[in-house]
Amino acid sequence: MSNQESLLASGHRACAGCGPAIAIRQILEASGPNTIVVNATGCMEVTTTPYPHTAWKVPWLHVAFENAAAAASGVEAAYKAFRIKGKIPEDKKPNIIALGGDGGTFDIGLQALSGMLERGQNILYVCYDNEAYMNTGIQRSSATPFGAATTTSPAGKIIPGKTRRKKPIAMIAAAHDIPYVATANIAYPADLKKKVKKALEVDGPAFIHVFAPCPTGWRYGTEQTVELARLAVETGIFVLYEITNENPMKPVVTKQLAKRKPVEEYLKLQGRFRHLFKPEKNQDIIDKIQSDVDRKCNMFGVDKPKN
Amino acid sequence: MKQILKGNVAAAVAAKLAKPDVVAAYPITPSTDFPEKISEYVANGELPYTQFLPVESEHSAMSACVGAAAAGARVCTATSSQGLELMHEILFVASGMRLPIVLYNANRALSAPINIWNDHQDSISARDTGWIQFYGENNQEVFDLMLIAFKVAEDSRVLLPAMTCIDGFICTHTYEPVDVPSQEEVDAFLPSYKPDHVKLDPDEPITLGPFGVPEVYQELRYMQHMAMQNASRVIDEVFADFERRFGRKYQKVEPYRVEDADIILITIGSVSGTVKDAIDKMRENGKKVGAIKVTVLRPFPFKEIKSIIKNAKVVGILEKNLSMGYGGAVYADLSGAMINEKDKQPILIDFILGLGGRDVTFKDINDIVDKCEDAADGKPFERPIWIGLNEELIP
Repeated sequence: MSNQESLLASGHRACAGCGPAIAIRQILEASGPNTIVVNATGCMEVTTTPYPHTAWKVPWLHVAFENAAAAASGVEAAYKAFRIKGKIPEDKKPNIIALGGDGGTFDIGLQALSGMLERGQNILYVCYDNEAYMNTGIQRSSATPFGAATTTSPAGKIIPGKTRRKKPIAMIAAAHDIPYVATANIAYPADLKKKVKKALEVDGPAFIHVFAPCPTGWRYGTEQTVELARLAVETGIFVLYEITNENPMKPVVTKQLAKRKPVEEYLKLQGRFRHLFKPEKNQDIIDKIQSDVDRKCNMFGVDKPKN
Repeated sequence: MKQILKGNVAAAVAAKLAKPDVVAAYPITPSTDFPEKISEYVANGELPYTQFLPVESEHSAMSACVGAAAAGARVCTATSSQGLELMHEILFVASGMRLPIVLYNANRALSAPINIWNDHQDSISARDTGWIQFYGENNQEVFDLMLIAFKVAEDSRVLLPAMTCIDGFICTHTYEPVDVPSQEEVDAFLPSYKPDHVKLDPDEPITLGPFGVPEVYQELRYMQHMAMQNASRVIDEVFADFERRFGRKYQKVEPYRVEDADIILITIGSVSGTVKDAIDKMRENGKKVGAIKVTVLRPFPFKEIKSIIKNAKVVGILEKNLSMGYGGAVYADLSGAMINEKDKQPILIDFILGLGGRDVTFKDINDIVDKCEDAADGKPFERPIWIGLNEELIP
């Protein structure tokens, strides 16, 4: 996939098949070594930096859970001051990437993210989304999809998993009218890297929402991470798009589909949706997931127009 | 040059003279003049490189301060009350990462009920966060202690964040003459900050804020505690340097007419002035009363307080704070320091007063001294003793 030396060293403590670890390698391949990463608390922070070890070959800062965007704002401001006062050369402008999981972005870090976007700071915020609080043991977040079972949205006798839909985080970021917003997916590395590069080129804040499956939390085989990530796109569950200055607020799909696969193909591979199939099939919920996806794909224009 | 300044503005002028790289702040009564003034200096080009970050919360203010300080910047912020509480989580991160951030805190009561007036509950609740704490009695002191805070915090033997506290409204909104030194004089006292323990530089990548496993965590806390001990010495040095340069003397605890005092009152902040006046009157009536003003609460000045109070009969501590179910915080600190002393010890009493902006009057201070005299005479008492309670309001 790449001949570059990875800027996230091997030997970190992430699970086998970890989607977010793949996402970070791809992001750093795109950004290159002239990058500072500010990481929210979460799986990627904990597994990469058990003192005195670190997997990071770029400067890296962790402060807390809800504030990666705010801490990155401070780093960016410090660099600006250093350049103006001549402490560093005027052209020393490292990429500043804030990195948070879905919990740290969709939920607890949303306010700090909104503030950073509104202030127009020259930072790329990347959310690696594995659709639950995996670091604390698979609790639901506002990124967890409808119908998924987590340890705080269990598939019970009365309530069949999560009853609420996933928050449209990239659209929320785009509503701040910032120069660049995109969604990306680890199964499409060329697309992901292209988007990271674009995001780093714009002057001002950028936001990328990266879909990154978690074998531990989603309960599937560790060899299926990329397959599931790709299926999420092929079924229309996760739409790849970007929103640029040319078309503010208007998502442009970057991966259209000639023929979408049914969501069932994606759902049935994962333990978190097992209750939809066993002991007996819960067609109502599967149909609702399918109709939600149809509605969303229609809105974004995912389906290629038929000739 | 003497200027007539509000307390908040005195702090902002001091911060300006310290030429910070980054100020990240969120407005909150009664400290709001501070971010207003800093943004004004930046807008007028008076702080040519300072980046003012108008963040969306105090939590983000302190988080941005940590980010900037981790990159090696000189950083400060201001807050009060609920704002300090919202920062609380990140106060520990700032000290744990050994980032010498300076915070100006306008002391204000905490909700509920919401109240914008002065007491010390906010910063007292932050006294275990690993921050050095200075308390000023008036606007000149807060100006001086802001500059002193930068110098102490950034000392390579310390590298801890520091907060300078002042009484909300009583000082923040009162105009007083403040002697403001020139930029050259301040530059000579406070040279630019050049950390070598933190940086975020792609040319020399390091990992900051990693996961601290049980094998290392306790040692890091120990080193922070040792840095606080060092701060105790460094504060004395910096106070002496400050006095040499600017002619104003500071002490971690400032005694007032204590030499032969049977009763010593301990105060923090603006009430110290009222107490000194009250003592002068009592002295005229032959009462042997003195006082100690605490300027540095963390590191706690055990040694200094002990040496002053050792011959007193009763020590009354005026506490604008309350640990509910216990009593006053300074009482707790001080009794902990005294408990293992072999010599005869004074009786310690915590007086809870002035909460939520309740005025502390001469009558209150006379009342406190009367109760201290009763205790000296062997009368039993139950502590903490509440001063100025309106019994009619209590069902």
